Amino acid sequence: MTITLNNRSESFDFEQLTISEILKIKKFTFKALVIKINRELIRKNQYDTAVVKNGDNVDIIHLISGG
Amino acid sequence: MTFEEIKNSLKYKTVGIAGAGGLGSNCAVALARSGIGKLIIADFDVVSESNLNRQYYFYDQIGQIKVNALKDNINRINPEVQISIHILKVDEYNIPYIFSECDIIIEAFDKAEEKKMLIETVLTEFPDKPIISGLGMAGFGDNNSLHSKQIENLYICGDEKSEISDNNPPLAPRVGIVSNMQANLVLEILLN
Repeated sequence: MTITLNNRSESFDFEQLTISEILKIKKFTFKALVIKINRELIRKNQYDTAVVKNGDNVDIIHLISGG
Repeated sequence: MTFEEIKNSLKYKTVGIAGAGGLGSNCAVALARSGIGKLIIADFDVVSESNLNRQYYFYDQIGQIKVNALKDNINRINPEVQISIHILKVDEYNIPYIFSECDIIIEAFDKAEEKKMLIETVLTEFPDKPIISGLGMAGFGDNNSLHSKQIENLYICGDEKSEISDNNPPLAPRVGIVSNMQANLVLEILLN
């Protein structure tokens, strides 16, 4: 599938993936994230079940301490 | 637009600021100088000496509750700004009533987990309100890494990479730049 991840086109060798699987593949290790699939907010308890499919628009924002 | 026209537009606008530390205090002052009508500022913390390397407080305010001290400082700059303060720890339960009347909300927290809580709560409770977050401003130098970006109603200012630590502390220049980028985006959204 090909998705738009953080405004960039990305291809994966899978038909679909959960958010948890994408985080693992992309090695996104930050603890605090805000994630949206097609404008919809995905909460942490949905990471294992929320499915990303071909053409989806995914935003994964790393929250960084400091302010 | 002339400054008079800018002030006349901003006079009827309300901005919420969650956190009165480095981002919140400096952003509030920039908005007050620009002529914002009302600020709603929430924080539970008190001014400490270690805050003075970047936050808009003075040595003789150490020990004061931040939102009280910030209200005093803004009053000395622009007494026409209405300021509503909340001395409390912002959480997912009080956000809906503290910030309900705001046109825009500024995320000005320190810890990543709190930033996440605020952003997720605002996106859920107020899907139509813009929220402007400060992400990544520790250390010094590297001006060109500081940027802003928009994901629908969520705006991000910062370098999105510099996490604070003992060896990478937050300092006045970069925190000041990012907080003023947040204020600058407020003007852009409200005046366009």
